[in-house]
Amino acid sequence: MRVGLFVTCLVDLMRPRIGFSAIRLLEAAGCEVVVPATQTCCGQPGYNSGDRASALALAKKVLAEFEACDYVVVPSGSCAGMIRVDYADLAKDEPGLTCRMEKLSAKTYELTDFLVNIARLERVPGDFQGRITYHDSCAGLRELGVKAQPRALLAKMPGVALSEMPGAEECCGFGGAFSVKFGEISAAIAEKKCAGILAADVDAVVLGDLGCMLNIEGKLRRMGDEKTRVLHVAEILAGDL
Amino acid sequence: MEIRSMNFKARAGQKLADVVLQENLKRAKSKFIDSRISALAELDDFEATREAAKNLRDRSLADLDLWLEKFEQEATRRGATVLWAKDNAEVCQRVVDIARRHGVKKVTKSKSMLSEEAGLNQALEAAGIQPVETDLGEYILQINDNEPPSHIIAPVFHKNKEEISTLFARTHGRPALTDIQMMTREAREVLRPHFLSADMGISGGNFLIAETGSVALVTNEGNGRMVTTLPPVHVVVTGIEKVVPTLEDLATLMRLLPRSATGQSISNYFSLLTGKKQTGDQDGPEHMYFVLVDSGRADMVGGEFAEMLRCIRCGACMNHCPVYQAVGGQAYGWVYPGPMGSVLTPLFAGLENAIDLPQAATLCNQCGVVCPVKIPLPDLLRRLREKQIERRLRPLSERLALKAWAWMARHPALYALGTKLGVRYLKWLAGGEDRIRILGLVPEWTLGRDFPAPEGKTFRELYVRRAVAGPPQGGAAK
Repeated sequence: MRVGLFVTCLVDLMRPRIGFSAIRLLEAAGCEVVVPATQTCCGQPGYNSGDRASALALAKKVLAEFEACDYVVVPSGSCAGMIRVDYADLAKDEPGLTCRMEKLSAKTYELTDFLVNIARLERVPGDFQGRITYHDSCAGLRELGVKAQPRALLAKMPGVALSEMPGAEECCGFGGAFSVKFGEISAAIAEKKCAGILAADVDAVVLGDLGCMLNIEGKLRRMGDEKTRVLHVAEILAGDL
Repeated sequence: MEIRSMNFKARAGQKLADVVLQENLKRAKSKFIDSRISALAELDDFEATREAAKNLRDRSLADLDLWLEKFEQEATRRGATVLWAKDNAEVCQRVVDIARRHGVKKVTKSKSMLSEEAGLNQALEAAGIQPVETDLGEYILQINDNEPPSHIIAPVFHKNKEEISTLFARTHGRPALTDIQMMTREAREVLRPHFLSADMGISGGNFLIAETGSVALVTNEGNGRMVTTLPPVHVVVTGIEKVVPTLEDLATLMRLLPRSATGQSISNYFSLLTGKKQTGDQDGPEHMYFVLVDSGRADMVGGEFAEMLRCIRCGACMNHCPVYQAVGGQAYGWVYPGPMGSVLTPLFAGLENAIDLPQAATLCNQCGVVCPVKIPLPDLLRRLREKQIERRLRPLSERLALKAWAWMARHPALYALGTKLGVRYLKWLAGGEDRIRILGLVPEWTLGRDFPAPEGKTFRELYVRRAVAGPPQGGAAK
């Protein structure tokens, strides 16, 4: 099957290696991966800030770029949720668009959800050894039901010992533009999340969203913790560490 | 109540720096959350009950005018007087008029958020009538110079017993107590004479039942019964959206309200008050009034914020909100805090008076998944943000930044160039470290945390290179 990888703007900018990890995992699952060269942003910053017009313009761009793929896979619950759930809301402003957008939404998956439920990845290439805890990102968890999928994949790695942290499902405080509009509140929420991570006493916190990743890593380091690694689930699964 | 929501950010900053408050919030949080989970586990099917509750609220609201007429008819038939108030000024006017008609000097009150909305206590005082709050939390706030509440069901959520002990000693002129039971006893002793001497009682109403003309009251302290049965006059002040068609509907909602609110299977007291005292009745008021309040609610019916009218005021959304947990309720600056407050405040008190509130949320949807009547709170907050953009209520710099990002993102060649330069700049800022400690462009980020440095090249650049040279060896560099 032909899978379009929606890289996401934060992976593109901040952590390109996660994009390559995603490609490696999809290829390991037998997918043919295409990466449309003109892709940029899913439109979520505009959508969540109340700028529907901008969000709709970008949604149409994503539609044009990925419509021909069998599936669209995203290494982020938040951007996947935007395409899978919120594009339908945007498309209702233009009746002619609804049907095409619904088809795109229906074939869009968060990476671990896709690997478990569609591609049925059997063997995981990664060989990480150590104790980890998993942070459930809000959009992945509550918009897409991503909870068991990353854990099922991590369970295929014999060297990984997962111990759940208190409040794994609680928000890390990122919230997109919220993190810079209300920096102090955002950092205070992150501090509680990081206290939970530190209480779990692990080698790495693993998660599936770049926003949470930057927020949690930034807060852990500011709190003086230098040892807990903050890893995207794709990198640990692909063994790109 | 005076609205002070424009200062949300500054107030939030103060609350974050308040060490005592932070401790109090931490303690209170886990109590509500854990007990809610165990109380809901008693239900055979929470999700089905929730769906039924949502549907019945929607049905009631779809024909709100008819159910209100039915309610008025039934309540009137049982000897109550139903009055209507279109705004806060009319609420105060109606209640003061009733008080004057019956020569009232003193009013006991059980908890009513709507009376806070309307500023009823101030209006009563201005008319020479003494209001006495009898809900323990509300009483504490009243004697603390009319401090505003921080939670819709636990008004002193933000205080600890030491603070209350000091306040009691100062106000009551008695030695400071440390035991909560003893402090409660002291409050009872102070309140008892007020209960006995009040000329009129004012209560809120959790629900109005159309088929019987009754008001349902959910309380935990017993003060509600004293307020509604002892004085000769009882006035119910509540919102028009609280009406449900039948007692059967009430039963469905009651399976959810105490469990979602305080984690109780049922509240300590549950009163269903129907009409004034009739011949042969042991107790009850000789006169019963309903003041049913619009204050912005009717305009929401059938509109894009109609779902908010389903709200049964349980407070679960704020208990589970990371922002509320971090700053407490008083930072929000009006009657209703947390996610439901960030929707209601702009709608009731004006979008232009609460510019931060729709933005003060991570949209994590923890509120949406705990709401017993399935209000899509994050969607409603987003809709308010759309209104802010439409009405140009957000700062110009923010609107321009959004437009600029969207424009760049629609022009891939420029986007590629811009992001390529951007990540190099950030990499340079990090100066060989894996983090940026002060981010000049968005200083808010680095107020309380570092900003991890980017790898240095964009995925786009590396992908093109990989396509030309084959896959990189040994994975990407850290």
